[in-house]
Amino acid sequence: MQHLDIVDISARYGSHQVLRGISLGVDRGQITSLVGPSGSGKSTLLRVLVGLLPPETGHVSFDGQRIDYSNKKNVKAIRDRFAIVFQQYNLFQNMTALDNVTIAPIKIRKRNRAEVIDEAEELLAKVGLKEKMRSYPDQLSGGQQQRVAIARALALKPELLLLDEVTASLDPELVSEVLDSIRQLAAEGMTMIIVSHEMGFVREVSSTVAFMVDGKMVEVGSPADVFENPKEARTREFVNKILQH
Amino acid sequence: MLDRILEEAPRFFTYYNLIFLGGALLTTFLLTAFGCLLGFLFGFLMAVARGTTGWLLFPIRALAFLITESFRRIPFLVTLFIVFYAFRGTGISWSIFWVALVAVVVIASSFIAEIIRAGLESVHRNQWDAAAAMNMSTVQALRYVILPQAWKVILPPAFSFFVLFIKDTALASQIGLVELTFAGKVLNNRGFSAALVFGTVLILYFILSYPMTRFGVWLEARFATSRHR
Repeated sequence: MQHLDIVDISARYGSHQVLRGISLGVDRGQITSLVGPSGSGKSTLLRVLVGLLPPETGHVSFDGQRIDYSNKKNVKAIRDRFAIVFQQYNLFQNMTALDNVTIAPIKIRKRNRAEVIDEAEELLAKVGLKEKMRSYPDQLSGGQQQRVAIARALALKPELLLLDEVTASLDPELVSEVLDSIRQLAAEGMTMIIVSHEMGFVREVSSTVAFMVDGKMVEVGSPADVFENPKEARTREFVNKILQH
Repeated sequence: MLDRILEEAPRFFTYYNLIFLGGALLTTFLLTAFGCLLGFLFGFLMAVARGTTGWLLFPIRALAFLITESFRRIPFLVTLFIVFYAFRGTGISWSIFWVALVAVVVIASSFIAEIIRAGLESVHRNQWDAAAAMNMSTVQALRYVILPQAWKVILPPAFSFFVLFIKDTALASQIGLVELTFAGKVLNNRGFSAALVFGTVLILYFILSYPMTRFGVWLEARFATSRHR
C-alpha cells in the first residue's frame, strides 16, 4: 500500500481546467519531485492536496484512508498531517518569524506554549535563523523568509511536506541555503513532494520524478530514467531544453 | 456684538435652558455612540458575510449586499423617513429616539461595512491560504492574521466617517427628535440671538467630535502603526 495515493485527480479554476486526471503514488520517506513547464498544474496539485482547491473528480488516499475533500472534518484531519510551504512563502506579515512558527501549534493545536517556543527556536536555529527570530517578514531577505516558512511547516510535525517552488525567487547564493535545509530533512526521512525547477537538485535528492504537462502526468520514474532515458517524446524535449543551459 | 452676547448670556444660561441643552446633547451623543458602536458591529458582520462563499450562506450574503448597496446610495434623510414610516405602518409605537436610532444604525452599518470590506480585501489572499492550510477557522484567521493587517486600512476612513456622522445625526430633528440642532432652533425661536445659541451649539458639537478624532488617532497608533522604520 502506498503512503499517498493520488488517483485520477481533475480540478479547475472557474472555466480553466488545470488538472486533467493526475495519478501518482508516493512512498513513505521518499522525495517525489514534480517537474514540467510553467502552467502545467504542479502547484495546483499541491493546493488540491491540502484542500485549498476541491478536486472535481478522482480521489486521494493517505495510508489507505480515502480523503473526502468535500467533507470539512476530512479536510481538517488531513491538514493536521500535511504541511505546505508556498511559493510566495505566505508568511504572516503581522508576526515575527518566531510567532509565524508558533502561532498554529499554540493557538490552533493548543499545545504547551513554552514547549512550542523551545521547539520553534530549535527549528529556526536549524535553518540558520537563530538571530532573526524577532524580525518581521519584511525585514528578512527572500531566502530567510523561505526558511522561516519551512520552519513554520515543520513546527506542525507533518507526515507529508509539500514544497512549492521553494527556490524559484531566490538569489543563487540563497538557493544553496534552502536546498541544504531540504537535504537535511530528506536525510531525516521526511516524506516530501517538491515542485522545483532546480533540475540538478531534483536529480540529486528525488527518488521519483514526475513530469507534468497541461495538467496531465506524462511520465513518472526514477531521476535517471526521466532525465537520461525518457520514454515520452514530450519529456525528451523538456529535458533537452533544460540541459542546454 | 460681543457686549450684546455678554449682556444676553445670563438670561440664556439659565438652569432650565442648560437642562434642555444638556438633554439634547445627550441625545446627540447617544445617537452617535450607538450608531458608531452598533454600526461597527453590524458593518463588520456584513463585510465578513459578503466575503463568504458557498450557497448555504447565500441569503445572508445577499442581504448584506442589499443593505450596503442601497442605504449608502440614498440620502440620510430619506432613510430616516423610510424607517419612520415603516414603524408607523407596522403600528409599533416606539419613541422617536428609538426610531431615529434604528435609522442611524442602518446608515452607519452600511457605510462601515464597505470600509471594513475594503480593509479586509487589502490583505493579500495568500494570507488566507496560509491560515487555512494550518487549520485556522475563518474566525481564527480574521483574529490572528487578517484584522491585525487590515486595521491600518480600516481605521482612518472609519473615523473620518464617524466625524461626519456626528453632524449628520442632526437630520433626526426632521422626524421631530430633539437633538442638539433642534434644541438650537427652539432656543433661537424663543428669541435668543442666533450668535449666542448656535455659538453654544457649535461648541457642544466640537466637544463631542474632537475627542472622537483623538480616540481615532490613539487607536491608529496602538493598532495600525507600521512596526518599524
